[in-house]
Amino acid sequence: MMEKHISTQEPALIVNNVVKRFNVASEPWWRRLVGVQKSVNGHGTPASAQPKARRGKEVVTAVDHVSFTVYRREIFGVLGPNGSGKSTLIRLLSTLLLPDEGTITVFGLDVERDEMAVKRLINRVSVEAAFFKKLSPKENLLYGARLYGVSGREADRKAREILGRLGLRESSYTSPMEDMSRGMQQKVAIARAFLTQPVLLLLDEPTTGLDPRSKLEVQAFVNELRDTHDATILITTHDMSEADALCDRIAILDDGKIVALDTPAGLKRLVQHNGHEPTLEDVFMALTGKELVEKDDVTDFEPEKVLS
Amino acid sequence: MIKGLQLEMRQSYAFVARNFNLVKRYWGWEVVWLAYSIANSLSVTFIGAGAAEITGETQIDTNFLITYLLIGTLVWRFLASIFNNISEMIAWERWEGTIEYTFMAPVRRFNQMIGQTIFAIVYSLVFTVLIGVVVAAFFDLSFADADFVAATVILLVGSLSFVGIGVVASILPLLYPERGAQMTNIVQAFFLLVSGIYYPVSVLPGWLQTLAKISPATYVLEGMRAALLPATATADPLSYVWPLLIMGVVMLPLGIYLFQRAERYTKRTGKLKRNG
Repeated sequence: MMEKHISTQEPALIVNNVVKRFNVASEPWWRRLVGVQKSVNGHGTPASAQPKARRGKEVVTAVDHVSFTVYRREIFGVLGPNGSGKSTLIRLLSTLLLPDEGTITVFGLDVERDEMAVKRLINRVSVEAAFFKKLSPKENLLYGARLYGVSGREADRKAREILGRLGLRESSYTSPMEDMSRGMQQKVAIARAFLTQPVLLLLDEPTTGLDPRSKLEVQAFVNELRDTHDATILITTHDMSEADALCDRIAILDDGKIVALDTPAGLKRLVQHNGHEPTLEDVFMALTGKELVEKDDVTDFEPEKVLS
Repeated sequence: MIKGLQLEMRQSYAFVARNFNLVKRYWGWEVVWLAYSIANSLSVTFIGAGAAEITGETQIDTNFLITYLLIGTLVWRFLASIFNNISEMIAWERWEGTIEYTFMAPVRRFNQMIGQTIFAIVYSLVFTVLIGVVVAAFFDLSFADADFVAATVILLVGSLSFVGIGVVASILPLLYPERGAQMTNIVQAFFLLVSGIYYPVSVLPGWLQTLAKISPATYVLEGMRAALLPATATADPLSYVWPLLIMGVVMLPLGIYLFQRAERYTKRTGKLKRNG
């Protein structure tokens, strides 16, 4: 497979050493009382290196010193198992979370300092199609578009065009969202983001719940958005073939850390052995799969003593 | 500059249009709520109608008492409706799961509040007038000397303070996804108790009378009664406008400032994500 050309001229997004921690409910008091304490947090950072947690809470590092650059017109994938920090990362980029450490810049604008300017450049599709369910796609989309300054008339015209291409029936356009299937709702969510023509589009598992045909339609639309509207796209997905087909480069996130970052072909080369042509799924399993017994756990283990 | 203003107006209008669409889609609920509110207001005003029989006093001016209670119940319906519309905006978005999309959009909270306020005032005014017309039809009331212009001015100026208080109250569902919306009821209960909705503030214990002085509803009610029941007025109705203006000027920006602080806190702690 040919590697796609990546523009290295202009960074669209720079994520620099970003950390995000959350306080979550700690172990019950009786477990702490009997001394059953974790030496590390859920993501492998030593407890001593963590900031002090609030009473009854423990600190979990969801995004752990993550750095990468996405270039203009690039489709950049972030893969990782559930709970690896992908959605937290997307929320940080969407200004919905503030980083505890590090900086994020979108076309040179800092997400904290220049929040409003950054918001005008981005939009996001999340895995949950969140809408006012009693309202129709038309009412929801016009509301969303007006928030970005798009007039009702223009939004209506573009929404019909996008939804028509994504295969939504005309009659569904004015019916309540609650009457639509999850896949159809997800198409409206995609239309909501495309309507505002963002220069940086954040897609958090956008095709989850869509049938194979709809997935391909969305993928074609993503490519078109990049090609005709000069958009940069960051996508998280669990669909390896989708990542392989769409992404120029892919970062693999595990326990909040980037464990690999390369083109799909480059990642495959990482795990290639014995002439076997690996898939992206092989790469994913090799880089994020946990061994049943960690190395640290066996250092004091002396099989001779057990056997004797 | 004109383009910028047009953009900001469009953003505020987005909230107005969205809320009216929600009213249209939930029309059944609106009818039920209107019927409940009419029944509630009627039951309060019938206390006035039955006062002579309850006390055995034949000298009671029943019509005055009915009007006194009617003004109380209508003003409270209006202010409570404004308060609910503003304070529930966050609870509703949390419930639907749309809060992240609204907060991600390039909209200043001020523009959002303008949109919410326009909707809340128009909706509450229509709602209150409907209740007033139906309830008044049950009684033979006279408003011959009433100053309706002064009454309207007082009501609109007073509603600004309630918008500010509603914005502050909407912080609760922002910070506490599960029970925040219910917690706003305590704010309403406080104003209902101290503001003299159904009785003069002078009958309250001294410490509650002190609290009544910081409630904008107290001035709205006294001003409205002075405008609509001039025979018993002790002050010019428009004299109540100044305290209400001052409270509105303080409460609105204060509410938006506190809300922005709370929004920043939720972004720091990740509380926006959870839907109640």
